[in-house]
Amino acid sequence: MSAPLRIREKLMRRIHAHGVETYPHECCGALLGSDGDGTREVLDLLPLANRRNDSPRNRFEVTPDDVRLAEKTAREKRIDLIGWYHSHPDAPARPSEYDRDHAWPWYSYIIVSVQKGEPRDTTSWRLHDDRAGYDPEAIEVVANRASI
Amino acid sequence: MAVKVIIPTPLRAYAGKQESVEVQAATVGEALLALTGKFGELKKHLFSEDGRLRSFVNVYVNDEDVRYLQKDQTPVREGDTVSIVPSIAGGARN
Repeated sequence: MSAPLRIREKLMRRIHAHGVETYPHECCGALLGSDGDGTREVLDLLPLANRRNDSPRNRFEVTPDDVRLAEKTAREKRIDLIGWYHSHPDAPARPSEYDRDHAWPWYSYIIVSVQKGEPRDTTSWRLHDDRAGYDPEAIEVVANRASI
Repeated sequence: MAVKVIIPTPLRAYAGKQESVEVQAATVGEALLALTGKFGELKKHLFSEDGRLRSFVNVYVNDEDVRYLQKDQTPVREGDTVSIVPSIAGGARN
């Protein structure tokens, strides 16, 4: 199993707040941070609009233009685009078959379950190299520190 | 024609950890074929089992999405940049 994904408490709270704000629709956003030497850490977030207007309660989509914006934002901050977060309203924080079918390797995928408008479980996942499934990625929530 | 293919971060591990790869091609389709010929591991992440580009894989020539050009038949010229850009999708229920 890979090293845990580190994230500061205030960033995790922002992910939860985003999920609450868009409930009962799915929220989504980019995880910006660092990856290397066996550690991966989220250092900033880029909340994005869910572009799946036809089915936002159980689907999310980030367009290639938004992906390019996330990459550019990361470059400007001299960090990397390391993954994505989204919410599962009134559903478990586990990747669905649809999640797996659309996932990319290497990225961390944080999922927060929002039950009746309240954030519950939060998990992170990484796709297998052969696309056959996900490995859970432990999340290590660390105390806040000065922002970069 | 030598064209540069930009590899997105999640796929670099399957392309010798390179940010870009130079290939010889006259069309976008040929460029992707040359790329997966060099790096076979990329194939399953770019193409579905029936050989079609996955729906969340987007290809740009310079700054133009090839879907609005001639798709895989879009011609490329010496010095063009072909970018593979992910779109991200998912959701709670199957």
